[in-house]
Amino acid sequence: MEQAVTSIPLSRRRAALRIRWGKVGAMVVLIVTAVIALFPMYWLFANAFTPISGTPPLTPILVPAFRLDNFQRLLGGTKYYANWMLNSLIVALTVTAWHVVFDTMAGYAFAKRRFPGRNVLFWILLSTLMIPIHVTLVPLYIITRRIGLIDTLGGVILPGTAVVFGIFLMRQYIQTLPSELEEAARVDGAGELRIFREIILPLCKPAVAALAIFTFVRSWNDFLWPLIALNKAQNYTLTVGVANLQGEFMTDWGVIFSGAALAALPMIAFFLAFQKYFLEGVRMGAIKG
Amino acid sequence: MRRFIRRHGWSYAFILPSLLTFAVFVLAPVVWALVISFQEYSLVRGGAWVTPFYKNYVTAFTQFSGVFVSAIRNTLIYTLFTVTANILVGLILASLIQPLSNRLRTFFRAAYYLPAVTSALIIGLTWAYIFNAQWGFANYLLRLVGLAPVRWLSDPDIALGSVTLSAVLTVPATAVVLFSAAIGSIPREYYEAAELDGAGPFHRWRHITVPLIKSTTLYLVVIYTIASFEVFERIYVMVPSGVGNSTQTIVTQIYNNGFKDLNFGVASAQAFVLFVMIAAVAVLQFRVLRSDVEY
Repeated sequence: MEQAVTSIPLSRRRAALRIRWGKVGAMVVLIVTAVIALFPMYWLFANAFTPISGTPPLTPILVPAFRLDNFQRLLGGTKYYANWMLNSLIVALTVTAWHVVFDTMAGYAFAKRRFPGRNVLFWILLSTLMIPIHVTLVPLYIITRRIGLIDTLGGVILPGTAVVFGIFLMRQYIQTLPSELEEAARVDGAGELRIFREIILPLCKPAVAALAIFTFVRSWNDFLWPLIALNKAQNYTLTVGVANLQGEFMTDWGVIFSGAALAALPMIAFFLAFQKYFLEGVRMGAIKG
Repeated sequence: MRRFIRRHGWSYAFILPSLLTFAVFVLAPVVWALVISFQEYSLVRGGAWVTPFYKNYVTAFTQFSGVFVSAIRNTLIYTLFTVTANILVGLILASLIQPLSNRLRTFFRAAYYLPAVTSALIIGLTWAYIFNAQWGFANYLLRLVGLAPVRWLSDPDIALGSVTLSAVLTVPATAVVLFSAAIGSIPREYYEAAELDGAGPFHRWRHITVPLIKSTTLYLVVIYTIASFEVFERIYVMVPSGVGNSTQTIVTQIYNNGFKDLNFGVASAQAFVLFVMIAAVAVLQFRVLRSDVEY
């Protein structure tokens, strides 16, 4: 045994030792970063689940008491928190449904069908991808006002349907699908709508899943436009409502913490349930963060 | 005509809904915004051209003793530190998780990604709590080591730094995932050959990994730069009323001008300044990509 160990050249053993320490060092870096990454969110939850009625204690709460007092005051005291959640849900679901159906349709047309103007239209769509939403805010406000949708959920939903990213995602994906099935069905006399519904749509499932998740999250988290478009407290979406909690409950930090935590919770649950699709979506360029 | 409709009708029907909302809520607003940036626009009276035609662009920079210039400077400072840190941290983390087992890799990727699924707004709020001058965690740490508390978010000399620090400390989830995918696609043989030649781990990383993922790095620099140029939520919740001019950014200026003062012309002019900055970054990326023989 002894013999065997010493017969390994010294430099090799040193190298092996260095690699082992390297591994430990790497692990320490990764864990410390994970703690820093998760701590602010963790601390929010620790505070939210510990009864706090005024100013939080000077010695930070690091272990939650697992009590729901703050949440009870939040849902009993704010008239609108439940409204905000419902509003966000309505907006996110409607916008997602729109994009799943119509982005897939448009993506299919741009990928597989030939028609006059196809390339020009596609380039127009593509060229606006880079334009920041801030450029359009003012006219968007004027237009939404003119059609009477300021301070309504419709005023948040409609501009939300005009995001073109999903069309590119679906076009990209559908281009990789074989055309034989589609052509065979057409020879058999199937209508175009039926071909889309029964052949194209089922083949698109993975891309549609990524698109749906990405759209739902983006819509749920959207802040700047709803902040501008919505005025009355009962019409707020969750992000706008939560941003205003501090103004409403200046001294009751328990309520503020629980409101922020409850707003984050659905997305965290959503992520844990659909992790695979999320990371896939990031790779496809669909999700930023 | 009838034949044309029979042949292409469905194609147009498929793209019509998307094109309609796109035309009304993206295309028309972009064109109109450019027009409004040369007008004085009132919700009651509509638009009237200003003279000289570039007046709003001058006002954009000169109003309130040049706060927009400070806003651009603040935005650039924030961007410089945030993008540098995000790229470096993303690259280092992705490199470190690469040799791990599949299970551990997925675990760390998820841990880094988790905060990013919640909105920028909530992340901003959590940092506002950390930096609370009275009971925040940052000052608790300072007290622990016997230092005086800092007014992180209300001291005009520090507030922008605190907001930037919060962005630097937020793990760049997209960068970790994309770098990790790029590193994973580098052929193993390159590393094996280098190892045979006696190259150590750092050497291999520096001379194989880093050069081969350059296009991913470039893409990430661009998207993080654009995102930093557009910083708003973080500022809005961390320093709600602003700390003088020291925490104004380009988008807070657009928001204040447009939707607090209803000064639509100036807000649009400022939005186009932002647009030009973003376009410049994109053109730069294109240049770099084209000049690169490798890709």
